Amino acid sequence: MRRGLAAVFVGGLLRRRAASALSVLAIALGVALGLAVQLINDAALAEFGRGMRTLAGDADLRLAGPASGFDDALFEAVALHPLVADASPVVDIEARVVGGDTTLRVLGVDVLRLPAVQPGLVPRADDGTADAPFAGFSQHGIFLSPALAGRLARAAGEALVLQSSAGPLRLEVIGSVPGVAGQAVAVMDIHAVQHAFAMAGRLSRIDLRLIPGATPEAASRALAALLPAGVVAMTPQASLARDAGLSRAYRVNLTMLAVIALVCGGFLVFSTQALSVARRRAEFAFLRAIGLGRRRLAAWLLGEGAVLGLAGGLLGCALGTGFAALVLDGFGGDLGAGYFAGIAPALDASPAAMLAFVALGVLAGVAGAWLPARRAGAISPAAALKAAAGDPLAAAPGWRWPGPLCLVLATAACLMPPLAGIPVGGYLAVALLLAGGVLSLGRLARLVAASCPAVPLPLGLARARLQAAPGQAAVAAAGVLASSALAIAMAVMVASFRDSVDQWLGKVLPAEVYVRAARGSPALQLTPSVQQRLAALPGVARVDFRRHDQLNLDARIAPVSLLARPLSADGRELPLVGEHIVAADPVWISEALVDLLGLAPGDGLDVPLAGRAHRFTVAGVWRDYVRQGGALMVPLARYRELSGDQLANDAAIHLAPGHNAADLGAAIDEAFPAIDLEVVSPGEIRRRSLRLFDRSFAVTYLLEAAAVLIGLAGIAASFAAMAAARRREFGMLRHLGLGRRQIAAMIAAEGGLTAASGALGGALVGGAIALVLVEVVNRQSFHWSMDYRVPWLSLSLFVVALVALAALAAVLAGRLAMSGSAVRAVSEDW
Amino acid sequence: MGRGGLRMLWLIAALALALAGAAEATDYAPVTPGRPLVFPADAGAHPEHRIEWWYVTGWLEDDDGNPRGFQLTFFRLRTGIGEDRPGRFSPAQLISGHAALSDPALGRLRHAEKSARASGRLAGATAGHLQAWIGDWRLEAQDDGAIIARAAGDGFAFDLRLAPSRAPTLNGDAGFSRKGPRPEHASYYYSVSGLAASGRLTLDGRATTVRGVAWLDHEWSSEYLPEGAVGWDWVGLNFDDGGALMAARIRQSDGSALWRFGTLRSAHGTTRELPPDAISFEALRHWRSPASGVNYPVSWRLDVGDFALVLEPLMDDQELDGRASTGAIYWEGAVRALRDGQPVARGYLELTGYGGRLRLGEGSPGR
Repeated sequence: MRRGLAAVFVGGLLRRRAASALSVLAIALGVALGLAVQLINDAALAEFGRGMRTLAGDADLRLAGPASGFDDALFEAVALHPLVADASPVVDIEARVVGGDTTLRVLGVDVLRLPAVQPGLVPRADDGTADAPFAGFSQHGIFLSPALAGRLARAAGEALVLQSSAGPLRLEVIGSVPGVAGQAVAVMDIHAVQHAFAMAGRLSRIDLRLIPGATPEAASRALAALLPAGVVAMTPQASLARDAGLSRAYRVNLTMLAVIALVCGGFLVFSTQALSVARRRAEFAFLRAIGLGRRRLAAWLLGEGAVLGLAGGLLGCALGTGFAALVLDGFGGDLGAGYFAGIAPALDASPAAMLAFVALGVLAGVAGAWLPARRAGAISPAAALKAAAGDPLAAAPGWRWPGPLCLVLATAACLMPPLAGIPVGGYLAVALLLAGGVLSLGRLARLVAASCPAVPLPLGLARARLQAAPGQAAVAAAGVLASSALAIAMAVMVASFRDSVDQWLGKVLPAEVYVRAARGSPALQLTPSVQQRLAALPGVARVDFRRHDQLNLDARIAPVSLLARPLSADGRELPLVGEHIVAADPVWISEALVDLLGLAPGDGLDVPLAGRAHRFTVAGVWRDYVRQGGALMVPLARYRELSGDQLANDAAIHLAPGHNAADLGAAIDEAFPAIDLEVVSPGEIRRRSLRLFDRSFAVTYLLEAAAVLIGLAGIAASFAAMAAARRREFGMLRHLGLGRRQIAAMIAAEGGLTAASGALGGALVGGAIALVLVEVVNRQSFHWSMDYRVPWLSLSLFVVALVALAALAAVLAGRLAMSGSAVRAVSEDW
Repeated sequence: MGRGGLRMLWLIAALALALAGAAEATDYAPVTPGRPLVFPADAGAHPEHRIEWWYVTGWLEDDDGNPRGFQLTFFRLRTGIGEDRPGRFSPAQLISGHAALSDPALGRLRHAEKSARASGRLAGATAGHLQAWIGDWRLEAQDDGAIIARAAGDGFAFDLRLAPSRAPTLNGDAGFSRKGPRPEHASYYYSVSGLAASGRLTLDGRATTVRGVAWLDHEWSSEYLPEGAVGWDWVGLNFDDGGALMAARIRQSDGSALWRFGTLRSAHGTTRELPPDAISFEALRHWRSPASGVNYPVSWRLDVGDFALVLEPLMDDQELDGRASTGAIYWEGAVRALRDGQPVARGYLELTGYGGRLRLGEGSPGR
């Protein structure tokens, strides 16, 4: 009997090819996305960690300073400290290749001190190059890691021209860094780097090996007295965790997207299984009549779901692995978001992750099949064989309070603080909102039907049916609600975000022309003489110079950006949010620092400048969409006074009347031929930023489309199920004199009304989810706020299109029912 | 030119540097005859020359009379790199330290090495008086003339005071010491023999007081070995009667001597340069290293004209296999000298170039 049953059940999947394929595809999509995200994250994090460990080597402790470095006099005192066995100094800079947009990370090292502390960084000179034995001290040679050599397409013996503080610096590639495989780094002599990249007398960090028996904690305490403000001691592990933590929220968000896709897949399985259960009622009744137990029937149906889930899981695994490989190749480990720049992670397809995701696929299949299987089990054989009772989906579930309860709980979940930087409460609220929406659908469908005019006749019939059997509509509408809610939530969130970023860009880019030195690096700066000449160029009305640095405010949080620029006492040039005060020695902090350090306007903040801590007062909070790790802004004049640093990284130029940006750009190119300044318009920066924004949200658009398709497929499947169950009803209506067209119109109206209630619920739930995403998930994940904005027009179009498509899908699905003759349909009712 | 595999390595590195043209523009001070050596100024560093070393070797005895050999060397190399730009990490001057201990109880050498850029208190060699250091290793003349020699490695450490009993012995022509047939192959070279050593020796955490007799060599040059040289044999001996002998030969690949030189100090304190023809080395016994397979002539008959000595090692295995790190493999250890079968002197013997030619550049810093 077992074999026979297998043919009936699992074999049935093959007979319903289209519906089964759709379910498998939906699950495969969810599994593929989830697995791809997981694999990409794993690869990126593994390489990131491996890179950090290689760079840190055997170090027990690391002394890290600001990006602009600290006085290298510290090295002697640290290296001679009795607890320190070996010390290795590092100058870590980013340099730009002349004549291109490529930047590379250059580590200035002392080859004599590497072997004891960071053996992985020891460079190997190529035998072909001339000064091999003393290559490690070469002032004109550079070693490239294999990954970097590949990226730059440079072999040993070839030239590499970098932008140095004194103009183009011609270097020869004299060997490789075999110990760092996946990291794109270059190694040079520390003395050469100090002088070529404006780091003379400065170090970025010191890596230490301690004497046997000394703990990092004890050494940190002992060394603390030696360290200038802004230099922190931490273990490489802590440093790794700190830096990996920056990307954690981003990674969790991606995983959540994959989970949503998987939930949608489960919904589709639900729809198709509901359909097939409805279609096979008589079949099941017969099986029950010949002795198949209730439980066994349900188990076989669950088995069907599991088979669908397994097929989807396996397909998804293959797709996901391929997708991950493609993405890693094309975008890098962070999907281009910039968290893991400079590393080339390799895909490591872990069997455990694959197994887990196949299991998730099976789970989605079984979960989707659960309710239909229970319903099928509840079929009374006699009644079903006679088909006197309604279809199994008709019974309205007794859900009355769970819906509203879910919505209340969702509100409460939003108030939860983040757990380890992850907005757990936010995600919980999203899930509760979805569940609450789905559970309230019956009520909503009745409401929608009630508010609908009863003429003409097909609409009246549809309305009456919806009011009488809202549970059935609820099932069909659930898929629509879930998918439209997610699509609408994403759309609202992205629109809010994009709009806020756009406005923010306008606020932070007030000048007409921007001139900048090498990107985000201390390697190339605008010296005072360059600044003077820039200000004196014709057409320049005013120049605001800006200085950037990375500071260690606190060993517990990642380095924080410092920005210095001319600012008014009230900070009105900044995109301020919330209350602000006028302070004597003001610093304006970004929203991230409010969350990370618990600061508020009026609080004091010690900022280490030039090795000494200075007490500033938090005057206000500004919105920053760039530096997720936090940033603080101080007036340039005060920064220069305290630090003695007169350099600048970029300049915002306001044009004099009658001059244009293009002429000024040409004048700048002519005035500074040697230092390769980049001249950009705010429009260009805005375009670039928004393009980057759109690219990083491309994957969410894809998911939205997939969600909507799944929702529509759900409507089609549900209506096919209902149509199959209602063939007799349609036959009866034909006998009563309704034309085919009128029945089609009725089904379309039912489909439209069902979709409308789903879409209405979706809009409400989606709007609420968007609010959670904006106010809780984004705020807690990335520490930035945004203004809630609903793109009414596009959302209305979306809902109308969805309802129309749903009506169409319902008609198409119902065509099956209308194809048979009216006589035969009625005669089925023995 | 004296002894030492490390020294050879450094010379080869310097040669490579010159060949590479990296140091072409560097104006190294020449070694010329007739320049008088002045003390204590010339005991200090000569940073304008390309290469320089201070080499301390000696015998130590603990309270129980157990003999051990020790060695501490500081090298200074002017690379010619980055001299135009000062800075704490300038590679213009490199300092290297090497320490070794011969302990018959262990049967092999304990040794350690360090290299660093000359920079502040981290590493350096002072001009004007004897003072060289790297990390906590140190070789330094004190106000009373005694020299502090301090070093530590894996399982051993010594902190010694070396008290001079006589003026430095100038080798060659008043300190101008030729190393080959051509006059540019020469160095400034003097030795301080008969140093009374006393201090502490720590072995595997156990400290003992020791005393003994030591020898300091100090040599600087801007030139390297003559063409055709593959290695050298060198010996420095402190006689029990107060005399001292330095003798060396530079070998060619066929084993014959390319150049020979030596200085003999009598018990009464008179010194004379030995004519090359008067010096003859004859191997009496070989020892093959089980670790490296290299065959070393560890026992010698040394003829210096007036008399002949037999050199016997404190122990056979005093090989230094640094092929994995520095690239050099050589034998350097404590020896006894016997005259007519009676022990008359203690000193150090160095045998280089027996493990095949050093490969250019291998094991040098940066590799």
